[in-house]
Parts: sequence; structure tokens; C-alpha cells
Amino acid sequence: MEPKIGMRNLKSSAFKGVIIFFAFVITIPLIIILLYIIKQGITQVNWHFLTNVPAPPGEKGGGIANALVGSFIMVMLAAVAAVPIGMLAGIYLSENPRTKLAYYSGLCVDILQGVPSIVVGIVVYFWVVKPFGTFSALGGSIALAIMMLPIIIRSTEQTLKLLPDSLKEAALSLGVPYHRVILKVIVPCGFAGILSGITLSIARVIGETAPLLFTALGNRFFSTNLTKPMESLPHVIFNYATSPYDDWHDLAWGASFILLVFVLTLNIVTKVITRKWKIQL
Amino acid sequence: MSIFLVLIIIGVLITLIVESLPSIKSSGIKYLWGKVWDPVQNIYGAYPFLVGTLLTSFIALIISIPFSYAIAIYLGEYNPKGWLSDLLKNTVELIAAVPSIIYGFWGLFILVPLIRTLEIKLQIIPFGVGVFTASIILAVMIIPYGASLGITLIRMVPSPLKEGAYALGATRFEVIRKVIMPYTRTGLFAGVLLSLGRALGETMAVTMLIGNSTAIADTFKNLIFGPGNTMASVIANEFAEADHTLYLSALIELGLVLFAVTVVINLIGKRIITRFTNN
Amino acid sequence: MENTIVKAENYNSYFGDNHVVKDVNISINKNEVIAVMGPSGCGKTTFLRGINRMHELIPGATSKGKILLDGQNVYDMNAIYVRAKIGMVFQRPNPFPNLSIYENVIAGYLLNGIKVAKADKDVIVEKSLTSAALWKEVKDSLYKKGTFLSGGQQQRLCIARAIAMQPELILFDEPTSALDPISTSSVEALFHELKANYTLIIVTHNMQQAARVSDRTAFFYMGELVEFDDTKQMFTNPTDQRTQNYITGRFS
Repeated sequence: MEPKIGMRNLKSSAFKGVIIFFAFVITIPLIIILLYIIKQGITQVNWHFLTNVPAPPGEKGGGIANALVGSFIMVMLAAVAAVPIGMLAGIYLSENPRTKLAYYSGLCVDILQGVPSIVVGIVVYFWVVKPFGTFSALGGSIALAIMMLPIIIRSTEQTLKLLPDSLKEAALSLGVPYHRVILKVIVPCGFAGILSGITLSIARVIGETAPLLFTALGNRFFSTNLTKPMESLPHVIFNYATSPYDDWHDLAWGASFILLVFVLTLNIVTKVITRKWKIQL
Repeated sequence: MSIFLVLIIIGVLITLIVESLPSIKSSGIKYLWGKVWDPVQNIYGAYPFLVGTLLTSFIALIISIPFSYAIAIYLGEYNPKGWLSDLLKNTVELIAAVPSIIYGFWGLFILVPLIRTLEIKLQIIPFGVGVFTASIILAVMIIPYGASLGITLIRMVPSPLKEGAYALGATRFEVIRKVIMPYTRTGLFAGVLLSLGRALGETMAVTMLIGNSTAIADTFKNLIFGPGNTMASVIANEFAEADHTLYLSALIELGLVLFAVTVVINLIGKRIITRFTNN
Repeated sequence: MENTIVKAENYNSYFGDNHVVKDVNISINKNEVIAVMGPSGCGKTTFLRGINRMHELIPGATSKGKILLDGQNVYDMNAIYVRAKIGMVFQRPNPFPNLSIYENVIAGYLLNGIKVAKADKDVIVEKSLTSAALWKEVKDSLYKKGTFLSGGQQQRLCIARAIAMQPELILFDEPTSALDPISTSSVEALFHELKANYTLIIVTHNMQQAARVSDRTAFFYMGELVEFDDTKQMFTNPTDQRTQNYITGRFS
């Protein structure tokens, strides 16, 4: 029996080694990517970069001001639409899990979550761009809102479902009407989870390019007009990266750096919210 | 409010179907295996793109599975708590958080030259871009999905089951292989499906790295290392140039196929998981 | 009878087709402490929750018959009004974790948007916490959240919260079963003091508690009200054989 156990133990340790290798080796590409972007991008970022529109090819300088503002406007607009709808739907799903409507909308949320972002872009093109005859930031916002919805709905629903029933009972037994129980007890207690779902969804859409390709298009110039094409950070990266001009490549690195900073900050913020604001039940 | 949701989904479906109608009418079911994509002559066959999509997704899946599993096993079984595992967990979440455009951009400038040198060494035409390159980047991007699902599933294996095996004198490896793996097998399969669903729909990184060619390669080597196209990337590239209705409609039909495939795979995956977690 | 505060007439409760409370007739007087006891699943909690119309909140739950509060059938009144008029304390203390102790006490007003002047609010808070024997322990931390309180203190906070609504009737659903012995006795001592101003109905799993705190006891078995009598009488000389079996521990 002895050699057999030795052999088996050896296999076990070897396996562990293999697992550890594979698990940690994956951090290498990530670190390389991050370091590279930081290295290439940080040299690009200066005040001029952040406050100017791109220069024509061949000219030095230029920046991503239009993209920054554009992304900000469209994401905020998308959030304004998606957050209330998403929260309400999430509340409905958590409070009425057994109705037929809940089943079908839950199904739709799952479907929506899996829809490729480019398909969302196509559809919004036909809903918004074609009828109005123009690419627009509005269309872009709508596309982004559609992408934010499943995340917000699911996280609201999960958070609220985790709250104990005794909370609701306590409020109801005091003679508080149902809608107030939801608004003044349930939602505030689940606030951390709901908020983190919202920040997560923002972090997700701020880097989305495909839905904007056919809706907001892009705009060489600075614009805040919602009914006209608008530039966005990810789109500017796509354009400049695939262009043949070197100085536009530089711009793309800078833009990537900024985008990365935003996304990472939002993710950290999400984590902090969940930790700090979570109400101890 | 949820009625609104249902309306949206129905709307999406209807729009896609309606807009693909012209194309469906003209090429019929042969669309799915037509090998020629020629907008000028109005011949549209989706076959090259189906191949491209499936190839990139499956290669990406194959590459990513060992890593996803390893991370899942490590964080679910070997080291669920502690600073090192927190570090790994955060890293994996970071990978998922990075927008795909950044992966594409980085891939274009760093990965592509690397692949080019590799191809030169292997005596293949050094395109640099191509199915293989796209698959690599795709693999990195889908690892977090499989990993996080795997972690949840592995943690769900009931302790009494594992303890029974240990009490019989099994090594850690054997417990993993003979107890944990079989128990989570269906769930992990679902995880694979969901990762696949994610890979199928990925657009930007793939568009930038796949080389955008609408022909099918003739040799296996060219198939993997040569340029190609996925359904998503072709839509991204040619949508803006589609100047006549049939062309546009053909692209939309592609979108419809993509929609159908991703939805089906995602739903199956989710269904398996809910059934698993409810047991 | 002018002294009757709660009267059940042919009251029945159902969960779907499951008939859990069968034809209960009972009359309870003001300022009494009533214990409701019986083995698990006998319907005592369901009956209790029928009084303040919490029962119907469960999907599929229905009831028949009348419950008269001061002569009026609660099932003819607005359910929310009924719940505000009757206080309830639950098995597990459930103070609102997002509100401070102060806010928890006046939660009934806060959540309903009833405007009360700050001075009046202070009075209510102090009075309720005093009646719940909690004032001295928390008066210096009124604005902190109540999560640092012990189980017994949290339960007394819930009692204060119920009292703040100035009900005539307070229902207790196994209020000490989740508490340790010391907290339990502090809550039981409270019953004795509360009785001066309120009527208490206490569902309990603990026979000894019923014997200790109540004036009259109701014994439920398999959904029926088997016996309702003066507590001393019930425990020394019960009329029904089933009551006798329960008291002597034949089943619990």
C-alpha cells in the first residue's frame, strides 16, 4: 500500500501545482495590457488633450474633449432612462415572483442580457435613426439604456430578495400601506446593492462601442446636440486605432488610458459602496 | 413596468425579422450555407461568417477552459479566503471589466506583431491578424465568466460529501476528480455554454483582430491563421457601407441569426444553472 | 358587554383549501392578559394574525367569520387602519436596520408620513421607551442605529414601537422564544406593567410562560379552540381531556 499512497500524494501535489500555475498565469496578460496602456497613454494626457477636439491628420496636438463630453452626456442620459425603469422592474420581480408576468419578463431580461451589443445597435438604428433621418446622440443613449437595463434589474431583484420578510411584516403590522413599505423600508434597506448594480451598469456601458456605431456614429467636432451625431470615448479609440496615422494612434492610447481609469474607478467605487453602505441586517 | 420590458424584447425580435425579410425572400434558406458574399452582385451567403464565428468562439473556449477551471478550482476549493485569493479574485474581475475595445486596440498593436513573428517561424503567411489572433483575445475576455460561475458551483458542493471521501483516505486531487467534478459537471457545462454565448456576441475586439475577409480559406492552416470574419464583425464593418436595401437586409438577417443563436445558447445555459442551484 | 374589546364569532382561517382555524368563538376583555397556547401547527399563530389582518397578506390565505374590535368587524374596516390600531410584536425582534432607535420608536408615524411636531415626537419616544422598560438603557444613544442592542433590548424596542401607535390591543407572537432567559424574564415583567393600559394577547409555545403571565388562557388544538378559562383553573383543573393531556406533557 505504501508506494501507492506516495504516488497518489505526488499526483495530488502535482495537480495542485498545475492548478496554481494556470490560475495565476492568467494575471500576466492582464498586467501586461494594463502596464502597456498606462505607459503609452499617460504621456498623452495633459490639459490640452482633455480640452481640445482632434486635430486633422498630420497636425500635432488635438485631444478628446468631444469624446469625453459625448460619453458623459450619453451615459448619463441612458442612466436617467434605465435606472427608474430598471429599479421598478426589479422591485416588481422581487415582490411578485410567482406571477406569469414575472416569469415572462424574467425571461426577457435573460434574453436581453445575452443579446450581442451590435444587435442592439442595429435595432435602435431602425427605431430611432432611420425614422428621424439622422444619427443622433439620443439613439446612442437609447441603445446604452437598453444594455444597462438587465444589469440594474437583476441586481435590484437579487438585493431585495435577500432582505428578510420580517422587515416587511414589521412595517405592515404598523399599519403602513404597501407602497410605502416598499419605498420607505425595503428600498432604503437594499440601497447599497441597488446602487452598486447601477454603478456596475455604468461601468459596463461606458466602454461599449458596438451599440454606438450605428446610432450616435461619431463626430469630429464638439457637439452637445442630442439630435446630431456625437463622439464617444470607445468610438474614438476604435477610429483612431484603426486609422493609418501615427499621431491618431497616440490619441487612441491616451483615450484608452482615460477610459481604463474611468472603468476601474467605477469598479472600485462599486466595491466601496457594497462594503461601506451595506446595512447590517 | 415589466410590461415595458416584454414590449422591448418583442420589438427587437419583430424589427430584426421585418428588416431581414427582403433578404430572406431573395435567398431563402440557402443563405445559411451560401459561400459567396458579394454585395456588388447581390449574392449573399452567410456560410463564411458562420464558420468564422464558430471557429473563433470554439478556439477561444478551448483555450480559456483550462484557465477558467483552474481559477474556479483554486478559489472554490483550495483557497477560498485570504489575501492571495482576494487578489486573484479582483484580478479576474478586472479582466471582465476592461472594455472590449481596449482589448482590441492592445491586441492590434501588441499581439498582432507577436503573432506575425510566430507565423514567420511557422512559415505561414504573416498576416498577424486572423482567426487565431482574434480567438486568443476572445479567450482572455471570456475567462472571467466561466471562472466566476465555476467558483459558485464548486463552493456549492456539500461538505459532507467531500468529508466522506477524505475520511476514506482520498487525496485532495482524488476528491476533486471523483467528487467535486462529477457533482458540478452539469453546472460547469452550463458555464461553458454561457461563456460561449458571450464569445459569440463579442464584436469590437474581434473586428479589430480578425482581418475582415469574406472568403473561406482553402487550407486548414489558412483557416486558423488567415483572416476571416465573424457575423458580428461583418455587420460592424459593412453596415455603414450598405447602400442598397438588399445589402442592408442581408446584414440584418445576419444579425437575426446571431441573435437567435446567442439567445438560445444563453437561455439553455441559464436554465441549467437555475435547475442546478434549486436542487 | 361593555368591557369586551375583542370578540371572535365563528372565525375560520384557510391556507388555500387547508382549514387551519376552525370555528373559533372567543371574547376578550379590556386590560386582560390572554395567553394562547397549543402544540405546533395548532393554528394559534394563524388565529392571532387574523385579528390584525396580517393573515391575508400570505398568498392564498383567506378567512370567514367575524372579528369584532370594540364592536366593529375588522373585516369591514380598512385593513391598513386596523393594523395601525392594533400593535404586533413578532417572534424575532425586527427593528428597522436603516433607522435609528428614535426613528424606530416612531416608525409608525414616520413611514406613514404623519406629521408630528418634534416636541410631541420626543414625548412619544420617551413615554414608549419607558413603558417598554428601555428608556434608561438607550436614552443616551437615541440617534444611533439599534443594531448594537441585545436580543432582549431589540424586542423591547419593538414593543416600544408598537406602543407608540397608542393601540388598545397588542398582539404578541411567541415574543420570547428567540430570547435568552434573562431577556425573557425582563419581557415577561413588562407584560405585567403593560396590562394597566393595554390588552395583551400572547401566543406562546411555553406552557410555564402562559401560567406565569396571563389572566386567562386559551388552548388551541388542531385548529379548534378547545378550552378558554381562568389560567389558574386551566392548569389545575382543566375541563377537556385534550387540555389535560397537553398540560401533563403527553404531547407538546
